[in-house]
Amino acid sequence: MSLPAELPYRHGKPLLPSLMARLRLLNPYTLVVGSVFTLLALPLVATLFYALATRWGASLTPDGLTIKWFIELWTTPRFLAAFGRSILIAVSALILSLILIVPVVFLAHTRYPRLDNLMNGLILLPFAVPPIVSSVGLLQLYAGGPLPIVGTPWILIPTYFTIVLPFMYRALANSLRALDVASLMEAAQLLGASPLKAFFLVVLPNIRIGIQIAVFLAFSFLAGEFVFANMLVGTRFETLQVYLNNIRGASGHFTSALVITLFVFTLLLTWLGNRQPATEGQPVDEADDSLSGTDLTAPIHIVTPDADSRGTR
Amino acid sequence: MMLPRLKRWITSPVMWLLPFAIIFGAFQIAPLVWVMISAFKTPDGWGLAHFHEIATSAFFRQAIGRSLEISFMSSVLGLAIAAVTCHSMHRCGPRLTRAMIAFTNMTSNFAGVPLAFAFIILMGANGMLTLMLERIGIIDDFNLYSRTGLIVIYTWFQIPLGILLLYPAFGTLQSEWREAASLLGAGRVAYWKHIGLPVLWPSLAGTLTVLFANAMGAYATVYALVNTSYNLMTIRIANLVSGDLFLQPELASALALVLVVILVIVTLIQQWLMRRSYHVTSR
Repeated sequence: MSLPAELPYRHGKPLLPSLMARLRLLNPYTLVVGSVFTLLALPLVATLFYALATRWGASLTPDGLTIKWFIELWTTPRFLAAFGRSILIAVSALILSLILIVPVVFLAHTRYPRLDNLMNGLILLPFAVPPIVSSVGLLQLYAGGPLPIVGTPWILIPTYFTIVLPFMYRALANSLRALDVASLMEAAQLLGASPLKAFFLVVLPNIRIGIQIAVFLAFSFLAGEFVFANMLVGTRFETLQVYLNNIRGASGHFTSALVITLFVFTLLLTWLGNRQPATEGQPVDEADDSLSGTDLTAPIHIVTPDADSRGTR
Repeated sequence: MMLPRLKRWITSPVMWLLPFAIIFGAFQIAPLVWVMISAFKTPDGWGLAHFHEIATSAFFRQAIGRSLEISFMSSVLGLAIAAVTCHSMHRCGPRLTRAMIAFTNMTSNFAGVPLAFAFIILMGANGMLTLMLERIGIIDDFNLYSRTGLIVIYTWFQIPLGILLLYPAFGTLQSEWREAASLLGAGRVAYWKHIGLPVLWPSLAGTLTVLFANAMGAYATVYALVNTSYNLMTIRIANLVSGDLFLQPELASALALVLVVILVIVTLIQQWLMRRSYHVTSR
């Protein structure tokens, strides 16, 4: 369980004694995970420090700490406008996606089981075709002709629908499967509800959690989308990512503040997406069994009237 | 007999599927079909002129070669690091594992332009890590905007994806197998050779394919890092349709089609290898 003796001295300087004592308690597996964790965190931590530094020349440590870069960023009209545009596009794309996908996933799990197989094949397309390839076709198809929408936000909304389709479909399909929606519909109709009524009053409230998770995760995904936004629209409707790319000449501290803001924003959305079930009193699987966020196969239980009485964790 | 049927069709729920089919067709399938068709469109009719140009131009061949090289290196490195990490995650205590999963989820969304900027601050010419390592004397100079730099940054975004895809597979390795193997006298190497790797092989091959495709199609990170000055397939494709000089959409389509064909071939090779490995084990 002890470390190879040369390791703490590898960089030529001994580590703090207390740190060494703690390191000796760790097993090699912990060390591996810890190192990869550190490796992945490094660019983020560096950016955070840079965003908080007053001035950072060619020295190892900043001259001082400040939040003035964040204040400067948050009072820049161009940034706020780009933020607004990003949110507007993402919300519109998500509304469109829900309107288009919910009927399909619902019918695939109630009436046409073969549709589910077809869809599972179709949703591989947005995964398999790189955005840059799609954008070549989109640019040519919609630059002129009957639908000249290149350069306007209108091309981004349906395009974003296609890229969130894979995991939106999967998330909704998983929650419908867990619900056993076919018997639920049957029961509702036996009680006299029309299929439409049964859908809106029984099924939809029950998959609300699934929809919420899918929406938050898709939102954070869309907030980070750059290729389509830059290729199809660019500066004519500047989103956050395009804005970040366009201000490459600006102060490194300022761009760092923007990178950190973007990261925290994404983080917040991912957290909200993963958090939602817990606040509804739903059991959340242990992290060891499911990768929260990407693994949406965890069963989503029916919201019963006593959901609130089970309390929040 | 026909009429009620027709009526049922029109009022049937199938109509609900129509909006989806139209939008998906127009914004996912149509662009792909357009690329496939226009790649063969030449100034004087149809033909393979664009592919001929790509095959004979040193510039495009370099782009394809560099894309393949960086994608291959970064996906192999990313896969190796992810595999070792996943193996360790199953043995290092639940708290660290949970933190790692949460953190991997976060970082897997952190890609593209912000990642490029973060790396400039960390490892650019005046980056913190660059300065630190130079001062310690480990490196002379590190150029983030070079082949090595791109492999480092690509590997960074491959690791979280690799972990997310591989972690469940490593959960299927049961500790009883290891115990049984060691009771039968198998050492660590024998265990991995005869039990561990054969069980994980499909997941490893599948993950490698996904990582490779991920790297081949990556554009935002490298564009934000070097704009168009590093020669990669995605950079060339984008430049041919949205550059400042000569727009050649048909040539872009041809190059895009080459990219798609490479991805299809890699996927087919992976599936062929898997089928072959199943065949071997079933014998």
